[in-house]
Amino acid sequence: MTRREGPGDAFDDRIHLTAVDEFLAWGKEHSLFYLLFATACCGIELMQAGGPRYDVDRLGMIPRATPRQADLMIVAGTITHKMASRVRTLWEQMGEPRWVVSMGSCANSGGPFSKWSYSVLNGIDKYVPVDVYVPGCPPRPEALIDGVMALRERVRRYRTLGERSTEPHVVAGHEAPFGARCQLPPPDAPAGDGGRA
Amino acid sequence: MTALSHEQIAAAVRSVCPEVGDQRASNGRPFLHVPAAAVADVARCLRDDPALRFDALMDLTAVDLLQFPYTPPRDDIAVVYLLFSYAHRHKITLEVFAPRQACAVPSVAAVWPAAIYFEREVFDLFGVTFTGHPQLRRILMPDDWQGHPLRKDYLYPADYHGVPHLRDGQSFSTSPPRAEGTS
Repeated sequence: MTRREGPGDAFDDRIHLTAVDEFLAWGKEHSLFYLLFATACCGIELMQAGGPRYDVDRLGMIPRATPRQADLMIVAGTITHKMASRVRTLWEQMGEPRWVVSMGSCANSGGPFSKWSYSVLNGIDKYVPVDVYVPGCPPRPEALIDGVMALRERVRRYRTLGERSTEPHVVAGHEAPFGARCQLPPPDAPAGDGGRA
Repeated sequence: MTALSHEQIAAAVRSVCPEVGDQRASNGRPFLHVPAAAVADVARCLRDDPALRFDALMDLTAVDLLQFPYTPPRDDIAVVYLLFSYAHRHKITLEVFAPRQACAVPSVAAVWPAAIYFEREVFDLFGVTFTGHPQLRRILMPDDWQGHPLRKDYLYPADYHGVPHLRDGQSFSTSPPRAEGTS
C-alpha cells in the first residue's frame, strides 16, 4: 500500500489513500494461510518454521488443516507418481487465488531419487504450477522463509480486479531447476487415478 | 518353554514334508528349503505342533536370484519366511523357490493373518502370485502400474500417465534400463 502525497495530507493521519487492488494484494500478502501437508523430512523443517523459534505466524502464515481454507501449498518432501495425483486433487480443492511453494530438492526435481527410483516424480511442477522453488535437502527454516518472502513479492503483484500478467514472475534464486518449467497435464485429463484408488 | 535346535525343527518338519531341504546361509543362519507345493502344510505344522508353535510370522519377503552368486546360477524368485515362536523362543527361516515365469506360491494368510499384507507387498514388487490369498492386489505401487519394480530385469517406465520420468533438460551419464514409449 502506498502512501499518497498531495491533497491527502489535508486528511487525518488515520486516512490512507490507495488503489483497491493494492489494498487487496496487501491483505493477501500478509495472510498467507498454508496447507498443513508434508510427505518427507522437509516436513520436519516446515514444522520447525511454524514452531516458536522461527514462528511464521508473525508473517500471517497460519497452518490450515483443509485445502479449502488455504492460500498456499508448501509441497514439502518426496512426491511419488502415486502421491502426485493426490497433491493435484488437494491443489484443485484450494480456492483461487492459490500459490505453490516447492520445498526441497525432491519436490523441485526428484532430488536424490531422480535417477534410480522407479516411483519418485522428478519435480511436482509436472502436476501443479509452482511459483517459488526453495533449494536445499532439506532447506533450513530460514531458507523456507526466504522462499516465502520471494512469494510475497509475487503475491504483492497479484491483481484481483485489474489485468493479470501472464508472464511468470521469477524471483532470483528461486527459479525452476534446469531452467525449465515442466508442462502441466491438461486439466481435463487428471493424472493418475485422481486419488480415488 | 523348550527352544528346539534347528536340527530338531527340521526333523519335525520332515515328518510332514520329507522333501524339505536343509541349508546354512553364509551368515550361519539355518534355512529350510521347502517345495512350493508344500508351503501351506508345512506352515500349519509349524504353527500347530505343540513342540514348535511358531505363532509369529515376523517377516515374509523375497529375493530375486537373478545375478545372485549361486552355483549353478538360477533365476528363481526366493520367497523367504522368518518365523518366531513366542512360546518357545526359537526361530526358523523358510525359503521357497518360485520359478520366474508362472511365479506362484500357496498363500499362508490362512495360517498367519500377518501374511495378508506381506504377500501383497511381495506380489506388488516381485510379481509372486500367492494362490488362495483373500485379496491379492498391489499395496505400494498404483493399481495400474506395469511390471514389478524389485525384479532385477525390471525396465523403468519412460513415463506414467503421460508424465515423463525425467525433467526437461535432465540427463545422467548412467541410467537404469528404461522401457520405450508409454507405461
